[in-house]
Amino acid sequence: MRQTKIFRNVALGIENLLLHKLRSFLTMLGVVFGVGSVVAMLSVGEGASKEALEQIRKLGSNNIIISSVKSAEEEQAQAKVTRSSMSVYGLTYEDYRRISEGFNHIRQTAPVKLTRKESRLYERAMEMRIVGTTPAWFDLVSREILAGRVLIRNDLDQKAPVVVLTEFGARKILATEAVLGQTVRIGGSQFEIVGIVKSESGLAGNIQIPDQEIDAYIPIEVMRRYFGDVFTRVTSGTMERERVELHQIIVQVDDPKHVEAVAAGIERMVERFHKKKDFVVSVPLALLKQAEATKRTFNIVLGSIAGISLLVGGIGIMNIMLASVTERTREIGIRRAIGAKRRQIISQFLIETVVLSTTGGLIGLGVGTLIPFLITHFSGMLTVMTLNGVLLPLFISMAIGIVFGLYPAMNAAKVDPIIALRHE
Amino acid sequence: MAKPSRPTEGQEIVRLEGARKIYQMGTEQVHALAGVNIEFKKGGFWAIMGPSGSGKSTMMNVLGCLDRLTSGSYYLDGQDVSRLDDDSLSEFRLRYLGFVFQSFNLIPQLTVHRNIELPLYYLGWDAARSAERAKELAEDVGLGDRLNHRPTELSGGQMQRVAVARALANDPQIIFADEPTGNLDSTTGVQIMQLLAKLNEQGKTIIMVTHEPDIAAYAGHRLHMIDGRIDRIESAA
Repeated sequence: MRQTKIFRNVALGIENLLLHKLRSFLTMLGVVFGVGSVVAMLSVGEGASKEALEQIRKLGSNNIIISSVKSAEEEQAQAKVTRSSMSVYGLTYEDYRRISEGFNHIRQTAPVKLTRKESRLYERAMEMRIVGTTPAWFDLVSREILAGRVLIRNDLDQKAPVVVLTEFGARKILATEAVLGQTVRIGGSQFEIVGIVKSESGLAGNIQIPDQEIDAYIPIEVMRRYFGDVFTRVTSGTMERERVELHQIIVQVDDPKHVEAVAAGIERMVERFHKKKDFVVSVPLALLKQAEATKRTFNIVLGSIAGISLLVGGIGIMNIMLASVTERTREIGIRRAIGAKRRQIISQFLIETVVLSTTGGLIGLGVGTLIPFLITHFSGMLTVMTLNGVLLPLFISMAIGIVFGLYPAMNAAKVDPIIALRHE
Repeated sequence: MAKPSRPTEGQEIVRLEGARKIYQMGTEQVHALAGVNIEFKKGGFWAIMGPSGSGKSTMMNVLGCLDRLTSGSYYLDGQDVSRLDDDSLSEFRLRYLGFVFQSFNLIPQLTVHRNIELPLYYLGWDAARSAERAKELAEDVGLGDRLNHRPTELSGGQMQRVAVARALANDPQIIFADEPTGNLDSTTGVQIMQLLAKLNEQGKTIIMVTHEPDIAAYAGHRLHMIDGRIDRIESAA
């Protein structure tokens, strides 16, 4: 009964608003744009931050990544001595051992050794980027297995010449699932293909994802024995030789709250054994926190802009409703004389305002949904519609109706029927 | 023109005791009602007359529960309504009173049907029942075929008949008519007066404000006011 009464009141409100279609439409336009921009901005913002967080999460939020870099002095020295010089830098097997054994809160560590080797499968030969590592790698940086298996302890113990291809690498040498068990030649040695894993690509913050553009994984001991630690690169007219034992060490900490302390400890310890600063420690979690802080700032900025546009929309509605109350003074007087109570007059005008603002909100939602859709369609940018991103603006538009409708409605209720009935 | 017969009047419906209404106009106090004592009985037809400024409008507003007395008492159907708050007065208007105005005061954007059922809407009747009642009332005033018209599509006489139908919707004890023929030509004016007289015959108490003696002649009692006081009362035999 009460519900049908509300429906009836809303229906009467709509009827009244439809009497002035253009005016009602123009009045709600402010809310349409306000809500539309909120919905659009929220979904674009949500999409952008989700993309960033996703990238960072790929690095593992419990992980610490220590990478070898050529120190600044080394860089200069090499520029002077151009021919056949050998630069030695970076993380060592000793560092790996010390890190693995020297810290509490470390769950596991994985060494990473990189090289490029000419590889051949059947008639197809390509230069492949190869990572030598341990099975721990696949726990630290989880990747979907597409076929076969990843490296296992046994491979390491037996120094087995096995290779796990990435999706990327497999495509390079035209390998399919059918190649499992087949032999691929890498740098002149035979390796058995045991599995294929999914590739990840892209940047996460400023850190490269560890396996970006990697083609294959082999056991680190095998790499060391077959290919050594010296890496030769021939560029136009010069030959650069580098001796790098490990390119990266990835450390997984047992709990995110220890990540930063452990990272700082590792940095201090490794520094003690290195004459030059030829390594960097990066913490995805720190990036994650930074990204979240950025997202918060972004949301505050968006929220303020949206808030202002909704405020403007609300004021527009209030303005028109005040004019409407003046215009309908006589009607109010008639209703009051007949026996309408003040609160019934208030609810009549309030319902009209809320209908107006909510309709504006719904249209705005439509517009606001269309915009991210178009953005994704034309620019490929990720946009995400969340339930909150839809409900919040709708709720706000309704609240705007109440807040900005209250004052005009109170004005309407204050009308003195005796004076109103004389009003021409 | 045959005057309709008068119904026998029953018990008291309206009583003013020492009714005063004082307006502050700048520094001056205007006594719109300067201590009025009067009693109307159920089924009576009263015409309140007097020059402008005599307090007849104030009298009407007070009796119609649209205005409150400064002092004194007003009993409506035995209940003291002079100290009631705005909500309670609204409730009294809704349940006891019907209004017919000089300028019709229909709501222009609503159809005849909607105008007539307006009191029923505030009484909380459901849509089907009030639609039926509105149709009956429209037929009673001879506008059964105009239900879906808007007031602007009607003549003055038709509009006033819609207003009468609306005043009757809540089956009121008293109908207040404020110069009901003031905006009508004499022929339609007569028709409206006959309609009111017929309602009086059916037992409705009618209180009318007018300054036209011809119109006042329809009433059983003519109350003349001057300076906020009752000057004299003429009652038909």
